Amino acid sequence: MIPPEFEYHAPTTLSDAVSLLNELGDEAKVLAGGHSLLPMMKMRFAEPAHLIDLNKIDQLRGIREEDGLIKIGAMTVENDILDSALLQQKASLLPKAVKLIADPQVRNRGTIGGDIAHGDPANDHPAIMKAMDATFVIAGPDGERSVKAVDFFHGTYMTDMAENEILAEIHIAPLPANAGTAYVKLKRKTGDWATAAAAVVLQMDGDKVAMVRIGLTNVADMALRATDAEALLVGNTLSDEVLSKVVQAVTAICDPAEDLRGDAEYKTAMAGEMTKRAILQAAGKLGE
Amino acid sequence: MGKKLVSMNINGRKVEEAVEPRTLLIHFLREQMNLTGAHIGCETSHCGACTVDIDGKSVKSCTHLAIQCDGSDVLTVEGLAQDGVLHAVQEGFYQEHGLQCGFCTPGMLVRSYRLLQENPNPTEEEIRAGISGNLCRCTGYQNIVKAVQYAAKKLQETATA
Repeated sequence: MIPPEFEYHAPTTLSDAVSLLNELGDEAKVLAGGHSLLPMMKMRFAEPAHLIDLNKIDQLRGIREEDGLIKIGAMTVENDILDSALLQQKASLLPKAVKLIADPQVRNRGTIGGDIAHGDPANDHPAIMKAMDATFVIAGPDGERSVKAVDFFHGTYMTDMAENEILAEIHIAPLPANAGTAYVKLKRKTGDWATAAAAVVLQMDGDKVAMVRIGLTNVADMALRATDAEALLVGNTLSDEVLSKVVQAVTAICDPAEDLRGDAEYKTAMAGEMTKRAILQAAGKLGE
Repeated sequence: MGKKLVSMNINGRKVEEAVEPRTLLIHFLREQMNLTGAHIGCETSHCGACTVDIDGKSVKSCTHLAIQCDGSDVLTVEGLAQDGVLHAVQEGFYQEHGLQCGFCTPGMLVRSYRLLQENPNPTEEEIRAGISGNLCRCTGYQNIVKAVQYAAKKLQETATA
């Protein structure tokens, strides 16, 4: 399979990329790691007349700590997230989850920004970003603006970004040293999308939950933040009774699409189970 | 759309070629460079039969444009053997019967080569995770794991000899 013809552009600065995108309009698509867009082009689901490759823009890559925030360039590849000592130490949810995304070759090309901006509810980073309460920096012709992850996703392949904007950077607050994290993903095989997955950031105060954030992957038309379930946990112990209420609150918000991974009922039940396991893992009560 | 000139280093040889922007690296290698070692399998970045190295990283060449390799170093399975002597990973697959039909083998070899560059002494679990992007429908992977272990041992012996 060969993609349809297109004009190729490889700008070396973000501002050149934004100008090009603004000028070419909806004729153009932005190319990150290409592991969603190129297959879609091969199958003629996407036929952009222009492809703007972001891979030569060095300023969009890298992970750094600055002004009390961890800043991840949108073109940072998954394997660089996996290997980042800074993230392992201060935002361990990301490397833990990335280990479950795709395979080694794909992680050498696939980028965090591409995974987010594509708006596919099956992608893993949207739920991870919601559980990390991340902020996205978006570049457009009029400069940069910031959007919280919880406000960014609007539906399948729909995000807060306009057609002339590019996701530039992801900002997350370092987690407190006593915070636990877990990403539990049910999938049929390496490289598969989640049947259901849960991302959890959890802080305990003694045997009670002090803070928790829960993100859910692939159980609705966008990644979900399970705020009702979070409220049931805060101030309580992780008893069976509390956890079963949490599972109910999670399954109440799921609305998955039926596919070869299962019907809606099964996926919904798995979202509850993955959440329960992720909470217990993050609390150190269940092995990985 | 017009062709554009790209130059890259393939298996240590510098080439300059005109390519259409839409030409995938796998097609460029096989049809323009006559390097037919890397195979076209699933064409959707799942099977790993098309795996090559780009600038020292394993990549699936079915999901990468040739034009993106301008200025890069590319290594294919044809570049593994030196002066007619098989590389340790190739010898390992031969000695441990790490293939049956052979279709996945070029991708397995190039991926195994890179895995051992990144992690010279991997555990069995690390080998299995390391080649998880390469599918084999014949062997059941057992002999492939043994082949990579054979190569790891041989490379380490050579390094300390």
